[in-house]
Amino acid sequence: MLKTAKVFLIILALSIVNFVPLGAQHANEHISEEQETHTEESFNAGKFVIDHVSDAYDWHIASFGDKHISIPLPIILYSKNPDLHNGKGFHVFMSSKFHHGHSDYKGFRISHSEEFEGKIVELDAQGSEIGKPIDISITKTVAGIFASVVILFWIFLTVARNAKNNKGKAPSGLQNLFEPIIIFIRDEIAKEAIGEKEHERFMPFLLSLFFFILVNNFMGLIPIPPFGANVTGNIAVTMVLALFTFGVTTISGNKHYWKEIYNPDVPWWLKFPIPLMPIVELSGVITKPFVLMVRLYANMLAGHMIVTVFVSLIFIFTSLMGTAAGFGISPVSVAFSVFILLLDVLVSFIQAYVFTLLSALYFGMATSEHH
Amino acid sequence: MLSAILTVLLQATAGAAIGQVGAALGAALAAIGAGMGIGKIGAAAMEAIARQPEASGDIRSNLIVSAALIEGVAFFAVIVCALVLFV
Repeated sequence: MLKTAKVFLIILALSIVNFVPLGAQHANEHISEEQETHTEESFNAGKFVIDHVSDAYDWHIASFGDKHISIPLPIILYSKNPDLHNGKGFHVFMSSKFHHGHSDYKGFRISHSEEFEGKIVELDAQGSEIGKPIDISITKTVAGIFASVVILFWIFLTVARNAKNNKGKAPSGLQNLFEPIIIFIRDEIAKEAIGEKEHERFMPFLLSLFFFILVNNFMGLIPIPPFGANVTGNIAVTMVLALFTFGVTTISGNKHYWKEIYNPDVPWWLKFPIPLMPIVELSGVITKPFVLMVRLYANMLAGHMIVTVFVSLIFIFTSLMGTAAGFGISPVSVAFSVFILLLDVLVSFIQAYVFTLLSALYFGMATSEHH
Repeated sequence: MLSAILTVLLQATAGAAIGQVGAALGAALAAIGAGMGIGKIGAAAMEAIARQPEASGDIRSNLIVSAALIEGVAFFAVIVCALVLFV
């Protein structure tokens, strides 16, 4: 009883003692704030999180104080003022020439101004920023897409080859893993939503959509390059996927589909003189792909941000209360991050399934006959 | 008198982070709404599975689809609030 009381008192005393340097630290911080420039910046959690989930011009792996280890990626620009660059329009160079945003190169620079923060801008002869060139660089997200495309091609060419060699026999090898998933998409998603007659012509698109989203979601969870690029958490990528769904729905809409939008079976005063119902239906046509885009984007971005926030807890505690607190919070932080990553695996499956299912439902509505 | 009060009020809130308070409140309300909605769906699914355990596969798929749709709307609100905070 006395022994536990003594142990408790010692632990209590030690934790109180840890708070004493805090007061001294605050005083020191105010004095030396003007002298601190590049080294020893206090940890900015918001910037850390946003940098880790956003797109970037090089693939950043690790930083040790001032040294950065990153994989440079090609920057491809088309300048609208070629006279500033010796008459050359197209520029291709590696992002290492920018030295992580600290130097200019050939009249271009990664801007740190309010308007163009983080983007590449052109400089005129005096060195002031005039605007952005047409930027079709291979950024981290694009490189991530290339990596996932390589993996997808490798997987499915293997599966197709196995299926061809196994004609009439039981499936084997990689085909064994993917055939149930493909059959699930065909039976439970396509046939249910689109119907027996029309589902086959949508199957390639639905399969590509499902596996693209699934593989990219999984790759975003593994932090080792070439895997850790946040592809589906980028609104441009999900916007393109939603646009594909919208395009396929619009192209394959039959007469009944358009009749339901422009001339639905409602009382006449909802259609004339003010076409209320057609306006509502048209906004629905625009909203449905838009919601598809936001759903996938927000789910994936939120998952990655939560994991990054839990990891950055370690650094926040270190900068607030010293290295001991940082070490203390690390097991908790890592445990929470692992839990959220596992949840993210489940969410990856669910989001790929829901995107594909809703696309199939829209295709079904576009090709349904009058019942 | 009223205009004097309003001017003082305007000067006090100018530069105050009242927009940020609004954004945070909006995100919290969206989370509450999503929680309540998905909770109701989950409760109905549990009851349905209890009544007819053979249909649990069907019910599970419908549960997941409905939960994803509701979550989509909630994420909509969260994205709007995040835009207010960071743009």
